[in-house]
Amino acid sequence: MRLRRCGTDAVLVEVDSLDEVEAVRAAVAAAALPEVVELVPAARTVLVTTRPGGLAAVRRVLDAVDPARRAPVAAREVVIPVRYDGPDLELVASTAGVPVDEVVRLHSSARYTVAFCGFAPGFGYLVGLPEPLRQPRLDSPRTKVPAGSVGVAGEYTAAYPRATPGGWRLIGRTDAPLFDPRRAEPALLAPGDRVRFEVVA
Amino acid sequence: MNAVARSVTVLRTGPQALVQDLGRPGHAHLGVPPSGALDRPSLALANRLVGNPEGAAGLEVLLGGLVLRANASCTVAVTGPWAPVLVNGVHRDSPCHLAPGDELAVGAPEAGLRCYVALSGGVAVPAELGSRATDLLSGIGPDPLRDGDELPLGDPVGPPVGVDVLVPAHVPDELVVPVVLGPRDDWFDGAARQLTAGRWVVSDRGNRVGLRLDGTALRRAPEHLGRELPSEGLVTGAVQVPADGQPVVFLADHPTTGGYPVIGVVPEPALPALAQVRPGTPLRLQVLPAPPERAVDYYPA
Repeated sequence: MRLRRCGTDAVLVEVDSLDEVEAVRAAVAAAALPEVVELVPAARTVLVTTRPGGLAAVRRVLDAVDPARRAPVAAREVVIPVRYDGPDLELVASTAGVPVDEVVRLHSSARYTVAFCGFAPGFGYLVGLPEPLRQPRLDSPRTKVPAGSVGVAGEYTAAYPRATPGGWRLIGRTDAPLFDPRRAEPALLAPGDRVRFEVVA
Repeated sequence: MNAVARSVTVLRTGPQALVQDLGRPGHAHLGVPPSGALDRPSLALANRLVGNPEGAAGLEVLLGGLVLRANASCTVAVTGPWAPVLVNGVHRDSPCHLAPGDELAVGAPEAGLRCYVALSGGVAVPAELGSRATDLLSGIGPDPLRDGDELPLGDPVGPPVGVDVLVPAHVPDELVVPVVLGPRDDWFDGAARQLTAGRWVVSDRGNRVGLRLDGTALRRAPEHLGRELPSEGLVTGAVQVPADGQPVVFLADHPTTGGYPVIGVVPEPALPALAQVRPGTPLRLQVLPAPPERAVDYYPA
């Protein structure tokens, strides 16, 4: 675990794996420090932003973190219904060397965790993708991916909360309300949530 | 109290007029930028002058051109760099009072970019994630103002401050911007030396997401050439260096994560000046020494 200075009131915690990211994020979240303004996990880092003067309290929590051990926190369980009819379903199947049905079975039977959010509000990067579905992005990104599209890229799967450009391979579509800024809880997915996808016929 | 809802009507917006308050920090882990006024002290001052809490929603007006009609009695203050303020075509000092039917015009500032208009009671459009700020990156918050919009006002909560002369924000001809090194200064060959020696001008491609600088390209250290950085969290003020070496300073509507190395961070007190700097302005970066207690905190032996 390495701490990198990030201005006067933030620290970037650098670790070696997504598991360590989740361990650090969960530990800082569990401490519920009033000084913390933002707690932003990413692929290999956790950014902690505080009110002025709040870094010492964060440092004390970080000193006690064992990145190899995940704090036992209650995780939310989210089920996302998916129609597996995406435009890249055949491509994903042929790349994986399996029939389309098997892509659907693999994707909908795995258990995922939201590693982090980014790219757009409510866009969660989910880990736990079965090995055959870990595939590169499209050679040329789409200028518009429809809202609700479910895709895979590298070790991640995700659902697009709104129409944006995107290069992920699209395997399906969901009507789940992924992000609505007027809701009390605007984002369906937050870091640490457990997620599974359910097949909609 | 009267039964008629308090409001103002936007007659003309000028180049860009947005509803802004102090933003919605605390949601970056959901991919939501902080947003909020770029020149926060100017918005806070305008609010204090009209008796509002500092964080009430007001208007951020880019290069003037705004005309409002009051539909109710209200107090208005215009802050930021000096700009002409007219009520019914007559020059007035701000803050001032508007009677129903009065028209307020805010002209282009003499220097700088953004003026802030506070109205007693605050702009009372619905809040999203606890803020009424327009976020131009993510589309959260109200749309940019359009001619003909009617903006509801809240009920005044405090008396206007009895001030009748304001000192406008000073906008320098050349900007020296302080930077704290990190988190990825080690990706650059002599980061402090390069930042100190560099000379830039403010690009005309900047916006509320970030200020782009044109000039000295910052060089990566040989061991980091061509390397990719997994995306990581960004703070407001982060000086990110894309592949072409031309720095971008992120402002309030910045993406929550980014994949280019951040060589340093501009501390918050220096950010309001960046809200006012016009394209073409010469700019230098000045590396701040790390406070000693923080150096110990951050780089354990």
